[in-house]
Amino acid sequence: MAKIVKGSEKSDLVATSGERLTGKELGTAVVTADAFPNPGLPPHRQRVTDTNPRRLARAARIVAWLFYLSIAGSIFTIFAYMFFPIEGGDTTSIRLSTLYIGLGSAFALLAIGIAAVHWGKAVMADKEGVDERHPVRGTDETRARAVEIFKEADEESGFSRRTLIRNGMIGAFIAFPLPAIALFRGLAPMDEDPNNLMKHTFWKKGLRLTHDPTGVPIKASDLTIGSSVHVIPEGLLDLPEAQMLDQKAKAAVLVVRLKPEDLHWTSEQRKSWSYDGIVAYSKICTHVGCPVALYEQQTHHLLCPCHQSQFDISNECAVIFGPAARPLPQLPIAVDADGYLVALSDFDQPVGPSFWEREK
Amino acid sequence: MTVTATPPSSGVTGKISNYLDERTSISGAVKEFGRKIFPDHWSFLLGEVALYSFVIILLSGSFLTFFFQASMASVQYDGSYVPLKGVEMSVAMSSTLDISFDLRGGLLLRQIHHWAALLFISAIGLHMLRVFFTGAFRKPRELNWSIGFVLFVLAMAEGFTGYSLPDDLLSGNGLRIIDGMIVGLPVVGTWISFLLFGGEFPGSDIIGRLYTLHILLLPLVVLAFIVLHLMFVIIHKHTQYPGPGRTEQNVVGYPVLPVYAAKAGGFFFLVFGVVVLIAATVTINPIWAYGPYDPSPVSAGTQPDWYIGFADGALRLMPPHLETYWFGYTWSWNIIIPVLLLLVFLAVVFAYPFFEAWVTGDKREHHVLDRPRNAPVRTAIGAAGVTFYAVLWAGAASDIIATHFKVTMEGVINTLQIMLILGPIFAFMIAKRVCLALQKKDREIVLHGFETGRIVRLPGGEFTEVHQQLDDYDRWQLVSFNDNAPIMVRPNARGKITGATRRRAAWSRFFFEDRIAPVTQTEYKQELEHSHH
Repeated sequence: MAKIVKGSEKSDLVATSGERLTGKELGTAVVTADAFPNPGLPPHRQRVTDTNPRRLARAARIVAWLFYLSIAGSIFTIFAYMFFPIEGGDTTSIRLSTLYIGLGSAFALLAIGIAAVHWGKAVMADKEGVDERHPVRGTDETRARAVEIFKEADEESGFSRRTLIRNGMIGAFIAFPLPAIALFRGLAPMDEDPNNLMKHTFWKKGLRLTHDPTGVPIKASDLTIGSSVHVIPEGLLDLPEAQMLDQKAKAAVLVVRLKPEDLHWTSEQRKSWSYDGIVAYSKICTHVGCPVALYEQQTHHLLCPCHQSQFDISNECAVIFGPAARPLPQLPIAVDADGYLVALSDFDQPVGPSFWEREK
Repeated sequence: MTVTATPPSSGVTGKISNYLDERTSISGAVKEFGRKIFPDHWSFLLGEVALYSFVIILLSGSFLTFFFQASMASVQYDGSYVPLKGVEMSVAMSSTLDISFDLRGGLLLRQIHHWAALLFISAIGLHMLRVFFTGAFRKPRELNWSIGFVLFVLAMAEGFTGYSLPDDLLSGNGLRIIDGMIVGLPVVGTWISFLLFGGEFPGSDIIGRLYTLHILLLPLVVLAFIVLHLMFVIIHKHTQYPGPGRTEQNVVGYPVLPVYAAKAGGFFFLVFGVVVLIAATVTINPIWAYGPYDPSPVSAGTQPDWYIGFADGALRLMPPHLETYWFGYTWSWNIIIPVLLLLVFLAVVFAYPFFEAWVTGDKREHHVLDRPRNAPVRTAIGAAGVTFYAVLWAGAASDIIATHFKVTMEGVINTLQIMLILGPIFAFMIAKRVCLALQKKDREIVLHGFETGRIVRLPGGEFTEVHQQLDDYDRWQLVSFNDNAPIMVRPNARGKITGATRRRAAWSRFFFEDRIAPVTQTEYKQELEHSHH
């Protein structure tokens, strides 16, 4: 119910004149009886085409012409399709084909669009209309009838009375989709546990370090100080393609050679995982798994191009910037009898992004 | 029961109409909707752009499904693009290259599809901003805002599943990042990833699964929600901007037949034409330059499609070392915090209309829009939200900003981290002040008229500029707006002041404490008398 109160004194910005209506429906809204009245629709303004018959005739001509031009554009497009073929591997022919088919159909479409809009704006009768709005809620009568219908249905079915039936039905409705959830277990292999898979990589003792993507083994003596090499394990390329990518997604490694005195170690064991300044680190970012592929030779920093985490190779790949939380895992390496780099074991921890059961 | 049919009118059209109406009762629909009035404003076209780009996406996408093969089986590429000849890649990638290089018009259709998708999400975003800043979400349209919000999220999901399909290096890295985020989630992360990818990342199932989502499930839901969304537009009738003759009880505009149909129908062809023009001339997503997915290489400047940028930015702006081991499990806060941040942001967007309705307690229907200045705090909240989103979005381009403007990347990220917190606060304060200042200006013009530019010299030698009063129609624009004042805390029927009442009162102060009331007739008359003496 609306009642009349004085204008709020809360703010110095409020005009103090006039009396205001407030009420339950209004909430915080303030409606004043002193407001300006709506002046009603302004007088209709005629268009040029309403007053000047020659302009109207011209507009109508333009609209018609545009539709005919659109037909021409569509025909041009079909000819462009025929006369600008793609010659195997010739990028110019692809560009021309794409361009002319595209330009032709864009022209045909735009001509229709401009014609229709121009027709509507300049040629069609300029008659503004006013529709009345009605409240969105149904009328009281309708709502009363709706309530009545539900009541009748309730009585006739006994929905509220027969609780045993009703609760049974609700229970059944909750239960029947559950098997569908079980069915989705089949999305992943039944006999495998992701936790096992994620904790092991293709690396094992004695596997040679080979170039990515050629698979050629790497000799320690081939690596100069400051050089970096992208590495995959020996034998990875012999796997079937699908398994190869799964394994590569965990086993990719970056090998860098620094001056031994530039490497700072926290333990003798970690030092023993390197060979004469050559270190191997997992290339899979510990943040969300992008390859940490950018090596900055001057600063010995590794940068992940996805989210800019930075790792310091001279300090066991500790995180020095960016969203990553953990250092990159180190692959223990040595040199075999022929001078090739080999792995001493798998990584001592899971590689890549952190996951819930990582420490289990 | 006998029906006396009116004799069918002569002529082919008449006969067809009669045939249809006797079987469908369609004349009722024509009577109901044929002359329905739609108001005109350029900002109402944003929603139309979204709708039309969806139609373009459906058309171009259907064409692409005839040629694209969503398989991760490995093949040696043997198409026309020479630099990749003989390279091992998935069938998905190879068929996408075939569409681009061996199918006439294929590249064009691919680019139409991609550009239309980018436009779709942009148009939805701008449409939402229009609805927000004009208060179009108020009763009775709160639910339609929710439906629109769902469409916004679905559109992003459509976009992401779509650009992942070619299985190229860039999209593969996108999936890698999604996988990295999923496994970082507590308790369920590892298994969700395992189920989604059908085993370990990348596996050989994900493309096929995304394809089903992309072309079947998601479009179906999008379509259903679009139908709902438009149904509500018809039920509510369209909102209109304030203006002389426009009230909460009417809608002023043009009838569907013929003017609105011509303009809106023509506009579809305009949108379509512009998309095709862009697709014909500007390359988008050149997968041949990226090559097939391989978990090992990645190029600098890796960027998702624009609408995923805010999520990527949230990841990038996390400080280092946010990870803890509790109870033997790994808590990846560098994943959990950004995911929560995004969810909270989206939840706020979703809930805003309901929140504002609770604060104002206004139970009336609102069909006349607010000018943004006339709802200063709402506009300021919107500005803060836009700023927050923009900073996250800039975060996704931190490396590009650093290389283009020759500043350090660390500097860019640290600056954005600070801006993420301070930016929205400043944006709020500035936007609110600007709105209040504009409202004051409106009052000033109503009370004192506008400057005519005519300088008059008075007998005393004084120069003065003649002001002229507005006419009734122009004045109505400036005085007809919703005015709100904070509510007072009052005890309820049982004499108690509840916590909810206190909170509502506090929020209403936050919203409406600083307010400029519209000029009233009395004020105006007083001012006129005053100026005449």
